[in-house]
Amino acid sequence: MGYVAVKGGIEAIENACRLFAWERSKGTSEPLTTNQIRDQLYLAVDRVMGEGSLYAPDLAALALKQAAGDSSEASFMLRAYRATQPRLAYSLPATTEEMRIVRRISSAFKDIPGGQMLGATSDYTLRLLDFELLNDDAARREAFRKKIFSSLPSDVEIPETFPKVIDILRREGLLADSLPVGAAAEPFDITRQSLAFPAPRSAVLQSLARGETGGLLTLAYSSMRGYGNIHPTLGELRVGYVPLRVAHPVTGKPYTVGEVKVTEAEVLARFEGTDGMPRFSLGYGLCFGQNELKAISMAVLDRTTRTDRPTCPAEDQEYVLYHTDGIEAMGFCNHWKLPHYVDFLSDLDRLRKAQEIARMEDCHVAE
Amino acid sequence: MLLNEWLDQETQQAGGYPYGFMDDGAKKDIRRCLLKAVAIPGYQVPYGSREMPIARGWGTGGIQITLSLITPDDILKVIDQGCDGSVNAVNIKKFIQEVAGVEITNDTPAATVIQTRHRIPEEPMSAAQILVLQVPYPEALREVEASEAETRRMHAEADYSRMWLHLYEDIVNYGEITISYRYPVTVNGRYIMDPSPIPRWDVPKLHMADTLFLFGAGREKRIYAIPPYTRVEPLEFEDHTFRVEDFSGKSCARCGAADTFLDEVIDNAGGGRSYFCSDSGYCDKRAAQWNH
Amino acid sequence: MEPLIRIRGLSKRFGNGCDGCITATGPEYETNRCRHCGSVIACNDVSFDLYKNEALGIVGESGSGKSTLVRLLHFEWDATGGSVELHADATQHLQQELFDGVSVYSRNLLGLSPFQKRQVRNALMGIVYQNPFLGLRMGVSSGGNIAERLLGAGWRNIGKMRERSAELLEKTEIPVDRMDEPPKNFSGGMQQRVQIAKALSNNPLILFLDEVTTGLDLSVQARVLDLIRTLQSEFKLSLLVVSHDLGVINLLCQRTMVMKYGRVVEAGLTDQILQDPQHRYTQLLVASQL
Repeated sequence: MGYVAVKGGIEAIENACRLFAWERSKGTSEPLTTNQIRDQLYLAVDRVMGEGSLYAPDLAALALKQAAGDSSEASFMLRAYRATQPRLAYSLPATTEEMRIVRRISSAFKDIPGGQMLGATSDYTLRLLDFELLNDDAARREAFRKKIFSSLPSDVEIPETFPKVIDILRREGLLADSLPVGAAAEPFDITRQSLAFPAPRSAVLQSLARGETGGLLTLAYSSMRGYGNIHPTLGELRVGYVPLRVAHPVTGKPYTVGEVKVTEAEVLARFEGTDGMPRFSLGYGLCFGQNELKAISMAVLDRTTRTDRPTCPAEDQEYVLYHTDGIEAMGFCNHWKLPHYVDFLSDLDRLRKAQEIARMEDCHVAE
Repeated sequence: MLLNEWLDQETQQAGGYPYGFMDDGAKKDIRRCLLKAVAIPGYQVPYGSREMPIARGWGTGGIQITLSLITPDDILKVIDQGCDGSVNAVNIKKFIQEVAGVEITNDTPAATVIQTRHRIPEEPMSAAQILVLQVPYPEALREVEASEAETRRMHAEADYSRMWLHLYEDIVNYGEITISYRYPVTVNGRYIMDPSPIPRWDVPKLHMADTLFLFGAGREKRIYAIPPYTRVEPLEFEDHTFRVEDFSGKSCARCGAADTFLDEVIDNAGGGRSYFCSDSGYCDKRAAQWNH
Repeated sequence: MEPLIRIRGLSKRFGNGCDGCITATGPEYETNRCRHCGSVIACNDVSFDLYKNEALGIVGESGSGKSTLVRLLHFEWDATGGSVELHADATQHLQQELFDGVSVYSRNLLGLSPFQKRQVRNALMGIVYQNPFLGLRMGVSSGGNIAERLLGAGWRNIGKMRERSAELLEKTEIPVDRMDEPPKNFSGGMQQRVQIAKALSNNPLILFLDEVTTGLDLSVQARVLDLIRTLQSEFKLSLLVVSHDLGVINLLCQRTMVMKYGRVVEAGLTDQILQDPQHRYTQLLVASQL
C-alpha cells in the first residue's frame, strides 16, 4: 500500500508495525520465552543492559525478544523504560574489591596473588561450528552436566578477596597517582545535564559505560593500531558480582539492596613523567554484565582522551563522547528514512539554479 | 560426474577439512609469499590472510605459516611467552594436531618447527629447524606514522629519519630509548623491521643465526622473514648503545639459571617477588638435572 | 664564473591540460587558469641561473607562481616540464651516477627517483617557510628538529648531534638551554630562527626562503633579515628569496625576477629593477610599495 504524505499514512504506519510483530511470530517454531533468552543468550542480555544503562536482566530479555534480536533496538527500549522510573536513591560508592569474582586475569604478570581465574570465557575456544548443538535437549544437557561435575575435586579453596594488581603497583610507585577528585566531589550526571567540554572524568566514564560496544571497539582498535597508541597492557580484568548499598532512608545506615554483575578493566598505559618521575598511567573501564570488549575498549578510551592536543579521533574527547552513544547514533542514522522532501526540494531548487548559471557561462565562453 | 560427487572428492578429509585446514591454493599463495620474504630479508610481503577458527590477534598469522609448511613427519613445539603450557599455546597445538596429525614436543632441540608468541627459545636452534613468530604489529614505523600508505613509502625510499628522531627524543626526555619489546632492527643493512614483541633479550639471537625465522601477521596480513646468516642490527647510537633487560642479582627459583630471561611473579599482596625462567621447556630440563 | 645551478623551462600545471592552456594564460590574460579546460598553469617556462654566494629574489603577488617555483626546486612537487642541473663542483658528497656521461653539469635532477631527490635535497638544500608549522615538527624538541637532517644523513652520535645543534642555535641567537623544548612554545620570530638553524644543519649550498618574514612584527622582521644576511656571508650560501615585499628583496638580493600569473615578466639587477622598472606590472609594483 502506498505511503502518501497525507492520506492513508496512519494506516500504512500501523500496518508496518503489525507486520514487524508478525515477522517474528510467523513460522512454526515455538515462541521464545524470555527465560530462555535470559539464560541462554545471557551475553546478549548483558550487552543490552550495559547500553540500555539499566540493570534488569528480565526486561533486557524481553526487549531482545520484542526487537527480534536487534541489539540496538533492545537497548533503546531499555533506555526508554529507564526514563519512566523514579529515582528512589543513589547507591553509596561501591568498590570492586568486594566483588564476588567469577573471572579474574592479569596480562601484566604470569601469576598474581589469588591466581589467574579464567572463569567462563570463549577466548580459548576454537571457532569451529559445533553441529552437536543442533540436537540440544534436556537429556544431552543432563549428560553434559554430569560429565563436568563428576571430574571436579570435591572442595577447593577460593580466596575470600583478590588484591588489586594495580594497588600493588601503586604502592611501589610505578603507577601515576589517582587523579584528583576535584572541587566537585559529586559526580556529574549526564542524564540530567548536557555535556560541556572538557568534560569532567565522571561524565566521561558515565558516557563510556553506556556506550555502544561496536563504536567503542572501533575507536579503541584505531588507537591500538597506531592512531594515538597508548601501548596498553591489561593490568587486571574482573568479572563478578558487586554488592550495592544505599543509605537507609530513616536511619541513614548503609544496607545492601542487592548485587550487580559487572566487568572491570584496568589498563596500564605508556609512561609519562608528570612530576619529573616517569610512571605508568592508568585507563579504567566498567560496564554492566560480562562484556569484556567494552570494558577494555572503555579503559583504552578513558586514557586516550586524556590528552591536551588530540591528533586523531581516539584522542579527541568530544569526538569519542559524541559518537559512541548507540541510542543517539541509531536514532539519527534511522532518521534519514523520515520524509525529507521539503528539504530536498530546496536542494533541487539550488542545483537547478546553479546549473542554469553554469550553462549560461558555457554559452558565454563559447562565443 | 555430478557436482556434489566432485565436491565430496575435493573435501575428502575427516570432518570435511583438507590436510592442514587450508586448501592447497591458500597454502601455495602463502609459500610464494614466504619465498619472496626470504628473498628480501626484513621486507613485509602483503598476503591474502585467511580466517582461522582462532581469533585474529591470537596467532592466525603464525598458524597460517605453520600449516603451509607442516607435513606429517614434522615435530611441532608451540610456546606463548616462552611457556609450552600457556592457554594460547595449548589451544594452537590442539588445533594443529587435529588438522595435521603431527607429533608434539616441549623440547626445543627435538622440534622441527617451533611456533612462538613473543619469545625466542633460550637454546640456539639449528639450520634444520624453523622458528615461526606470531606478529601483532608488523610495522616498525607505526610508532611514528599511523598511515600504512605512508609507511610503505618510507620503506621503499629508505626514508627512516623520523624513526631515528623518535629514538633521539626518547634519549632527550628519558635518558634512555624507551622501546622495550618490538625493538626496531635494521635487516641486511636495508629494511627497518619489527622483530615482534620479543623482549630486547631475544633480539641478538636473530643476528647471523643458523636458523630460518619466519614472521606472520594474520590480522594485518603481512609476512616477512630473516634468512640464516643475515645481519640484524638493533637501532642504536654510538654513545647510547643497545642494551638488554637487566637481571643482575636474580636467578630462577626452580632451576637456578642466572643467564635466561626471567618472569617476575608477585608472590603475595605484600608485593614479594619470585623469578622463574620464561622458557619453561628449558627450565624443566635444567631443573631435572639440578635435582639429580 | 659558472652558475651553481641551472634551471631551464621549468613548468608546473595542475589539471589535465589542453592545447590552448599556454596561450590562454599569463599576465596578458590576467589569469593562470585556462578557460578551455580549467587547468591551472602555476608557472610556465621559467629559466634562470643561480650562482654560488649570491641572493636571487623572486617577487610577485599571490598566484604569481613564486612559491610554486620553490616547491618544484625543493622537490616537494613534481614538475610538468623543464630541467634542473647542478654544477659538478657542488657535488663532492653526492652520488657519481648523477654525473656519469656528462661533464660540467649533472643530469636533469627532476628525473631522479624520490630516493635520489631526497639525498640531493638533504645534502644541498635548506628551506624556511612562512608558516613554521610547515617547516618544523612542533611536537619534537628544537634540537630534535635540527637533528632530523643529521639523522637522515647518517649521523649516529647523540653527543655530536647535540653539539652541532647547540652551535646552530647559538648562530641563530636562540638560548641553548631551550634546545630540548619543542618550538610550539616559542614566539613567531624565534620559531623562524629555529627553522633557519634546521635549514643550516647539513651545511647546504642553497637556502630557500619562502616569505619568511611575512606576518612578523617589523622589529622582529628586521632581526630575522639581519640574521639571514650575516649567515649568508659567513657560509657563502646561495639564497633564493621569495617575497611580495620589495623592501625584503632590496635588502637581501643582488638580482631579482618579477613574476606574474606564472611567467617571469622582468629580471635583472635589483637596483635597476627598482629604480628603472621596464615592464608595466613591475612599474605598478614599485610605485605601490616604494
